[in-house]
Amino acid sequence: MTESIEKTEKDKRKIKAVKKMKEIMTFYYIDAKTAAENNKKVAWITSGGPVEPLIAMDIIPVYPENHGAMIGASKMGVDLCEKAEAMGYASDLCSYARSDISCATVNGGPIGGLPKPDMLICCNNICGTVLKWYEIQARYFNVPLFIFDTPFCHTEYYEEMRRYVRSQVDEYIEFLEITTGRKLDTNRMEEVGRLSVSGQRMWQAVLDTTVNKPAPMSAFDAFFHLALIVTLRGTQTAVDYYQELLDEMNERVKDGIGAVPNERYRLLWDNLPIWYRTKWLSDKFAAHDACLVADTYTSAWCGALRYIDENDFLNSMAEGYSRIYLNIGVDEMARTVCDMVDKYDVDGLVIHSNRSCKPYSLGQYDIQRIVEEKKGIPSLMIEADMCDERMFSESQIETRIDAFIEMLKQRNSP
Amino acid sequence: MEDVIKYVADLVRDPFAYGRKLKADTGKKIVGYVCTYAPEEIMLAAGAHPLRLFGTTGTIERADAHLQSYCCSLVRGVLEEGLKGGTDFLDGMVFPHTCDSIQRLSDLWRMNIAQGFHVDAVLPVKLDTQSARQYMIDVLNRFRTDLERELDCSITDDNLHKAIRLMNEIRLLLRRIYELRSDQPGLMTGDSLYTIVKATMIMDRERVREVLQKIVEKMEAAKLSSEEGTGSQGSDFKSVPATKRLLMAGGICNQPQIHDMIEAAGGAVVWDDFCTGSRYFETLVSTDKDPITAIADRFIQRAVCPAKHAGLQNRAEDLIRMAHERKVQGVIFLYLKFCDPHAFDYPYLKAALDQEGIPSLLLEVEDPLPAEGQLQTRFEAFLEML
Repeated sequence: MTESIEKTEKDKRKIKAVKKMKEIMTFYYIDAKTAAENNKKVAWITSGGPVEPLIAMDIIPVYPENHGAMIGASKMGVDLCEKAEAMGYASDLCSYARSDISCATVNGGPIGGLPKPDMLICCNNICGTVLKWYEIQARYFNVPLFIFDTPFCHTEYYEEMRRYVRSQVDEYIEFLEITTGRKLDTNRMEEVGRLSVSGQRMWQAVLDTTVNKPAPMSAFDAFFHLALIVTLRGTQTAVDYYQELLDEMNERVKDGIGAVPNERYRLLWDNLPIWYRTKWLSDKFAAHDACLVADTYTSAWCGALRYIDENDFLNSMAEGYSRIYLNIGVDEMARTVCDMVDKYDVDGLVIHSNRSCKPYSLGQYDIQRIVEEKKGIPSLMIEADMCDERMFSESQIETRIDAFIEMLKQRNSP
Repeated sequence: MEDVIKYVADLVRDPFAYGRKLKADTGKKIVGYVCTYAPEEIMLAAGAHPLRLFGTTGTIERADAHLQSYCCSLVRGVLEEGLKGGTDFLDGMVFPHTCDSIQRLSDLWRMNIAQGFHVDAVLPVKLDTQSARQYMIDVLNRFRTDLERELDCSITDDNLHKAIRLMNEIRLLLRRIYELRSDQPGLMTGDSLYTIVKATMIMDRERVREVLQKIVEKMEAAKLSSEEGTGSQGSDFKSVPATKRLLMAGGICNQPQIHDMIEAAGGAVVWDDFCTGSRYFETLVSTDKDPITAIADRFIQRAVCPAKHAGLQNRAEDLIRMAHERKVQGVIFLYLKFCDPHAFDYPYLKAALDQEGIPSLLLEVEDPLPAEGQLQTRFEAFLEML
């Protein structure tokens, strides 16, 4: 009897759109894996890269970072990282890069490797690591590499940066035209630009539903549903899907259904997910009635919307792609986190200090201090890695989470 | 000769004392910087003194509150010195954009260390396109204006040309020292050589020119006397026994003891691909065009730090070319732990060397170095194999 009640409870909380998402992603990967047979070109592109021109030119974008996340989630990261280490790559290097570099040579991982690229598009707005990673793959696959260089905005985005990035938009399109032997259809490009902006807005709206109490979804859900705004940004598919997800979330808000049954503590997550432990962490926090209602990671794919003009996409995307969350100074990142603390009304900050990602992680101690001071909320730092499970110490992290929740409990008791 | 070496060694041991004294004696503004993409010519033309920071030789007490364990010891050391006030005589800091860690170091410095001005030179990451070159020129022009504002001065083309000539002369002198030593490694120990290179980035540049000139003269004289069969008697140089010729590649060489170990094992580093080495002095700034454009062009053309992109094969090609030119028997990769750009390039560079039949050894080090015996044994084993 209790069992069946629990089951219905769980069913109630299950997000229905998940099934559709899995279908879309399966279809997308089948499409990508059979690209050569269908005379389609495949471009590998970084997660923060300007994908819209690829969509407009009917080139299939493939994301090694998304692949890295899949490798991590299926707990295949350690094996592939070790293979990369045997190839001579230091174990301190990014675990996405290590996994992808070795995976390309063995066609391993959860989907038997990514389809071979016809070209590589590397945008360094997320890190310098992708530059080295894509150089390695360009040598390995012997295919052309386009580097979309987005100067780092420590404090400002200067006019010369705008000019430089804007001229690269043209160079990028020229590169695609030469590589594919086809011309970009500007009408189609405009359409894709509008769809990209719609998709980003829709994704932001989905994330915004968690301002409600209880939050209808958690950051762990966002980590999953993120895949489309990364991989299919600029398509109608993404817009439609997020519309459906948004409707479902609004429905849950109306019915008062939360991601966590008895939401008592609302937390904000910083940095990439710990892919091989999302379920464990999700259960762990939920058991304490704590919900990670928002995160700095999934919101990065709509955080630069204010710089983009949907009716002038190519001109404005230069700035949009340059000023994303990771390509800005630590102080501006701290301000963004503080704003999120207010917006989502969170009680605490959970920081993943991610060995794999220096631009995301170096500076977190300062962000932690600033947020604690300015917002008066406590924080917890978890030392781990997004893909390399060897860097995850379960007992230590469990103890720290328990202690953190205990502290929240005491703070919140009258 | 030993006098000159001792002079620069003392100075390198405590660069901040030197900086303070220089400031007190000359009233010059002292500007700190962290890598060889800092446009020294523009700093010099502003009448300022560029002083490179190399991390710390002391213990880390404060930087750990800002940086996780997986940050390299160079970045940690620079921040430590800033936080504990060792650099409080600096009038400002210049951060050229290179790797992810230096990028965040700039933020952390700006947010936590109040003294002096702070200028970021956000250089392009790719260097092999026309628009990147134009952007490089734009960034350096902005840098010029930034320095004029911060130092309340006017940077004239005339002064830029003067600074370019001075730096070119320094580069040529360093190169000459490297060449002399490559011809005859016994002329100077590796420890002394790298002390001289570091001193070049610390000392007043006019004075550097004099000192390097003197060293070159002494080396040439010593070389001549040894060629004439008069032996090295009378020369001030410590001699190094018959050696296996090595090339060292990596970021910075902060560990002079390494050269003692290599030399004790019967080797000598006769050339390098280091930021504190050939990447600093190779390629001159052209003197027959707009000075800012000329400085930009040198950055575009010089051997790159692996955080920058100038092509897919150029780093391996450069390495192989140097190895052949300098007739080395082996290559030692000396990397700082947690230095991602270098670590990513290692397998490809090693494979390129393998193909040429040039053996190599990888050493990942941190400040301070591990127990001596461990490294010594590795050098001995490697040299024996050559």
